[in-house]
Amino acid sequence: MSVTPIGAMSDAALQAAPVAKARGYWATVGRRIARDKVSMICAFILLLIFLSALVAPWLGLADPYQGSMIRRLRHIGTAGYPLGTDELGRDMLARLIYGGRLSLIIGISPVLLAFCIGTSLGLVAGYVGGKVNTAIMRTVDVFYAFPSVLLAIAISGALGAGIVNSIVSLTIVFVPQITRVAESVTTGVRNMDFVEAARASGAGGFTIMRVHMLGNVLGPIFVYATGLISVSMILAAGLSFLGLGTKPPEPEWGLMLNTLRTAIYVNPWVAALPGAMIFAVSICFNLVSDGMRSAMDIRN
Amino acid sequence: MSATIPKTAVMPDMLEPIEDRGGAAQPLLQVNGLTKHFPVRGGLFGARKTVRAVDDVSFSILKGETVGIVGESGCGKSTTARLLMHLMNRDAGEIIYDGMQVGRALSLRELRRGMQMVFQDSYASLNPRLTIEESIAFGPKVHGVADAVARTVARELLGKVGLRPENFANRYPHEISGGQRQRVNIARALALSPRLVILDEAVSALDKSVEAQVLNLLADLKREFGLTYLFISHDLNVVRYISDRVLVMYLGEVVELGPVEQVWDAPAHPYTRALLAAMPSSDPDRRTETPPISGDPPNPIDPPSGCRFHTRCPFAEPLCANATPKLTALDTMGHQAACYMAVPGSGHSRALSKS
Repeated sequence: MSVTPIGAMSDAALQAAPVAKARGYWATVGRRIARDKVSMICAFILLLIFLSALVAPWLGLADPYQGSMIRRLRHIGTAGYPLGTDELGRDMLARLIYGGRLSLIIGISPVLLAFCIGTSLGLVAGYVGGKVNTAIMRTVDVFYAFPSVLLAIAISGALGAGIVNSIVSLTIVFVPQITRVAESVTTGVRNMDFVEAARASGAGGFTIMRVHMLGNVLGPIFVYATGLISVSMILAAGLSFLGLGTKPPEPEWGLMLNTLRTAIYVNPWVAALPGAMIFAVSICFNLVSDGMRSAMDIRN
Repeated sequence: MSATIPKTAVMPDMLEPIEDRGGAAQPLLQVNGLTKHFPVRGGLFGARKTVRAVDDVSFSILKGETVGIVGESGCGKSTTARLLMHLMNRDAGEIIYDGMQVGRALSLRELRRGMQMVFQDSYASLNPRLTIEESIAFGPKVHGVADAVARTVARELLGKVGLRPENFANRYPHEISGGQRQRVNIARALALSPRLVILDEAVSALDKSVEAQVLNLLADLKREFGLTYLFISHDLNVVRYISDRVLVMYLGEVVELGPVEQVWDAPAHPYTRALLAAMPSSDPDRRTETPPISGDPPNPIDPPSGCRFHTRCPFAEPLCANATPKLTALDTMGHQAACYMAVPGSGHSRALSKS
């Protein structure tokens, strides 16, 4: 060890800062996830499905509602019907792409809504603590005690069939789960010294939650919520399957799976297609969320 | 501002420090009977017990001085700091800032401008999602300073703590070293123009050479901004180096206080003597061969009766277990100790007979 008199420190040593350009947290996460091949492929597939659903009317597809009694249950690869036809003779390719519109909306919007509600509830419960925490968390636990499928069916059944009602019921299913994650992450961050320092500077609870807590809890909650999208898609498909979600002739993957069920012995490949779409989208969301989880796990 | 306190070189954009009202003779901080007990439950159906973390602590800090608090871990040093900062509620006691009772004459919000704190863990005390500039500018913004002005102040303060703003302002905490981070924390504490800064083990986590630089920085800043420090540490050498007066705490109580020379040269409480004897000497002829103190501190849930140190004190007598000694003045310099041996005529065999 060199003997340096107290205080005699070279300016260069003190000013030594990393050479790399300063990058924000999210920029670093973005760079890390861009290097993850699996996540990028999955993200690309999701993007493809999203875009095709979005621009479906301009893709020159057949009418998804136009059936034909003489062209029912054609096989995959039939001329004019690349993915065959369903039990009413409607073009499967068109129905799958149009079906993405509804399926993605009722799969993603409950998670998005539950993310907003659950994060707010969990943040308040975790930051304020005490009686507020008990009140919020025990209420949430009541909902959490029901199996999610059962709860979704019960609420949907009570509200009646329909797209909006199934979104509402799925939101109610996911709020408790996200709230619990948000609360536990918040409790961990709340006890850190920088929150104490913010309190010591005289900031109010709302300002501290907005400036200091939100940025530090959002990441883990976001990852968890992304993982829920696949669950939501499957539950939404399940509701449609039971006749509680969308109604025929609306193209929607879960409903299509339900109606094609009768044709499974006649044309199993075509009957499996909507299920394959649900599978592809949910596994892609799961893998992207896994990739994000590891990309966000940055140690200093 | 009072004429007795020199107006210090405060940067133009900074918040005005809160006004000096009491004058030079008024202690900047007076603490009377500060008490904090934490309830703990022994098991599911066990009886409720209390940890006496801070018990009837009283002291004062004069304007412009540095007061050190020393003691083993768990003796209530950090709890005292958090109580002073009002980061937790006290059970009893009053805190008087420059003659104004906090909560009555002085609002909590004003107090926070007048008193700031630097924490031990330099990494945990900075928000990892904010740049250094944003972290420092946060305090002034809370107190109504415009964003652009607060950022200018932050950059100027970075310069004051020895970090070039152009290199550091847009950095994130994980990109800089521990010593640099602690400088940022000091700048953050200064951003509200406080007059009292509580340094809670602020240099303890730094390695020795960096620690020395930060201590010198603290001395420079004290001169430049006319600060008063409350310096909490377990490192006796550091406390001696920086403090004017020192407070020795044991199990939530003050056992000895006084000017640092008096306490070091003539420690009156056996615990202080043990603490000082436990400091390793660099002279091989003066090895520590007998342990200065034996055993662990007793559980603060059930502190010993009487003098809390009597279970480990080599001079303990029945008297010590029965009654609690009060802080007693030993001289006219403000040196006080809570020990029956220091009280003439107390009945302890080593105490001077009453003259």
